[in-house]
Amino acid sequence: MEGYSRKDVGCPQLLDLIPKEKEWLVKSAEETNHGLSEEKKLELRLGPPGGDWTFKQINGPKNESLLSFGFFPNTTAGATTTSAPTPWQHQAKASFFPLMEKKSCRTVELQGAEKKAFSPANKAVPNSSNAQKRTAPAPVVGWPPIRSFRKNLANGNSSKLSSESQSVVPDKDFSKKPIENCPKSRFVKINMDGVPIGRKVDLKAFNSYEKLSSAVDELFRGLLAAQSDSSTNGIENELEEEKVISGLLNGSGEYTLVYEDNEGDRMLVGDVPWDMFVSTVKRLRVLKSSELPMLSCGSKPGKLSLDGSI
Amino acid sequence: MLNYFPEEVLEHVFDFLTSHRDRNAVSLVCKSWYAVERFSREKVFIGNCYTISPERLIARFPRVRSLTLKGKPHFADFNLVPHDWGGYVQPWIESMAKAGVNLEELRLKRMLVSDESLDLLANFFPNFKSLVLVSCDGFSTDGLAAIASNCRFLRELDLQENEIEDRRGQWLSCFPDSCTSLVSLNFACLKGEVNLLSLERLVARCRNLRSLRVNHAVPLDALQRILAQAPQLVDLGIGSFVHDPDSEIYNKIETGMQKCTSITSLSGFLDVTARCLPAVYTICRHLTSLNLSYAPGIYSDELVKLICHCNKLERLLVLDTIGDKGLGVVASTCKELQELRVFPSDLYGVGNAAVTEEGLVAISAGCRKLNSILYFCEQMTNAALIMVAKNCPNFIRFRLATFNPTAPDAVTMQPLDEGFGAIVKSCKGLKRLSVSGLLTDQVFLYMGRYAKQLEMLSIAFAGDSDKGMLYVLNGCKKLKKLEIRDSPFGNAALLADMGKYETMRSLWMSSCEVTLGACKTLAQKMPRLNVEVINESDQMEASVDDKHKVEKMYLYRTLVGPRKDAPDFVWTL
Repeated sequence: MEGYSRKDVGCPQLLDLIPKEKEWLVKSAEETNHGLSEEKKLELRLGPPGGDWTFKQINGPKNESLLSFGFFPNTTAGATTTSAPTPWQHQAKASFFPLMEKKSCRTVELQGAEKKAFSPANKAVPNSSNAQKRTAPAPVVGWPPIRSFRKNLANGNSSKLSSESQSVVPDKDFSKKPIENCPKSRFVKINMDGVPIGRKVDLKAFNSYEKLSSAVDELFRGLLAAQSDSSTNGIENELEEEKVISGLLNGSGEYTLVYEDNEGDRMLVGDVPWDMFVSTVKRLRVLKSSELPMLSCGSKPGKLSLDGSI
Repeated sequence: MLNYFPEEVLEHVFDFLTSHRDRNAVSLVCKSWYAVERFSREKVFIGNCYTISPERLIARFPRVRSLTLKGKPHFADFNLVPHDWGGYVQPWIESMAKAGVNLEELRLKRMLVSDESLDLLANFFPNFKSLVLVSCDGFSTDGLAAIASNCRFLRELDLQENEIEDRRGQWLSCFPDSCTSLVSLNFACLKGEVNLLSLERLVARCRNLRSLRVNHAVPLDALQRILAQAPQLVDLGIGSFVHDPDSEIYNKIETGMQKCTSITSLSGFLDVTARCLPAVYTICRHLTSLNLSYAPGIYSDELVKLICHCNKLERLLVLDTIGDKGLGVVASTCKELQELRVFPSDLYGVGNAAVTEEGLVAISAGCRKLNSILYFCEQMTNAALIMVAKNCPNFIRFRLATFNPTAPDAVTMQPLDEGFGAIVKSCKGLKRLSVSGLLTDQVFLYMGRYAKQLEMLSIAFAGDSDKGMLYVLNGCKKLKKLEIRDSPFGNAALLADMGKYETMRSLWMSSCEVTLGACKTLAQKMPRLNVEVINESDQMEASVDDKHKVEKMYLYRTLVGPRKDAPDFVWTL
């Protein structure tokens, strides 16, 4: 094993960021049989091609996906299971930069938890699709080659708060702080079919569609029950029983969640990444599924798996 | 024979020469032509403010009225150059003020401008008419107030993409009531509020106003009132275009737009409600220039609907939200298109669609007059580039940037050498080229062989060895600016033909293989070059030896030796 030295201290911090289900993260107990120390197993290491790949010993047939981590353009499933594409790499076209084929000695050795390798200040950091729990991967300085003025624009920095164009994803690369334009709360109206009084919900309090869905359930469950009580034809429900509102996102429930976007169009909730949704949604509605014709034949699978973390 | 012409006649003839290159050529003919030319030159262009000193400039061209200066190297745009590297305009303004130059026009790009400079400018040049600042910083709205208050004949105040500190003063209100001369006012990049009433009054009294670009703080209703006062506008930059499309104001805007039959250039939409866009459809028919690259709020569908009305378009700037399909619509609608720029919108991996090689091919097939392109894309292929080269042999500027700087051909996984090779081979008039993607030395071989008119070349993450750089230095005879980052070019390439750099304006190399020793050698052998090394880390000088690789090197030819305003981290060798 060439040139590695690492403190234990750094190691756990880094690995906490990495989803445990990925192959190359070795779980301690089961795989001590290779006789490697704990440290070596947990070491993340990337070197030039032909470098010493400790993972080879640990993970047998999954070699290819490990080798693909960071350096080889490939399409192996193992390396590209992300559901939220990072800026400079897309699913099924996983070409990470900078490619190591060049003779320039720009190898990036990620030795354990050396933060340097992951810091945004570093010029060449392999982009990882696996570590999606990390915050946005560090882009190369000065790439793509656009003026700061434009970068801040895309960030909503130079426009007013009311603009629909704001992205809520935090950025780490720029010296200019966009924070002052990001609201701390994002309240939108939400109305439900059959309930005359609407509610307001703060989208910033959630980070996923599931959370929103359960919040909707909480908000309206009681109200819905109260409504059916006082309606003239709702006899089946007993007075105390409140039905759980579920299946809002996949068309399986009695109700479905839709929203009105910044262009005034009514859209099904769940197709776009959460952050994009938050930046374009203007109001929410909970409609009866029976009134949405497309749901009767089963909804189309969205781009994202709604259970996956985004 | 020509010596018998009186100088006045020569001068009159020279008046017809507007290009500074022609004037430069003419001044080399003989001493008397040199003398006549220098006294009659009114417009001077200085591509690198450190090539010459203000005193020498004024000595040679005492009658200069219009000065264009560029400061920082181009890569400063992408945060590769420290903020206070240099490029101060102050010494220029001071010298000209002292010498009593009758300055009327000042155009600056990537320079450091202070409020003090603007104040000097405003107070020492009574005939000052035109100020154009592009990508500058260091000043605030106080400086603008000085210009507004004191320049009695101000015609043009054009601020493009500058970082301007907002001091919340009422700079716009500083234009006196007597100011009626404005022809062009562009403050789109300003971040703060402006006094709307002052703006409206200003527009009302400046009957010659042709170009107005406002910032996001100017809402739709104010715009409507402004347009009512200025139906003669030719160029309009909209600030905020947000309103309820069912409102009275919106209807007024729609009718107002119909009266603006002269508008041929439209930009802005810094804040926008897409459903309000139909109000501008009437002016779309006449548009030759459309810049929607500051409008992330306009999504693909609306963008396409808008563009469908723009069949006279010659210049289009958009975000990649337009998508390949949208570009297809551009290709079938905008047959007069000459320049296209597609900027990236998704900088955070939120998952917005981008454009690919398909969009580029579609454009090249439909817009045969295309001669200038800047294209940020998710992927590219050799086949696409070859097709583009075949369809559009008239490119003067060709700039491509793939999101992944070393992305290979998306289909064959090969380097993009052949694609770019086709471009340089086909486009015999190519002057500016930026390449990206996986590239080997081969692409540079093609450049050296075919890109005979190339003046500016940008290289990033490309090449295998010194040979690449050498192909370019040897073959591209007209090369003026070469900027290279993160490529394996080293000392052998740098030092092979040192005389070449005196024929060029500048060379930038960062994160390459060049060592300090080689830079020193070059500096020593070539006294008419300034070789600057930018050293940002906290290294002690002692620990830096000649074998050390240089992080950033910028060299340029100069007639005035090392500059005296270099900060600590810049070493002129």
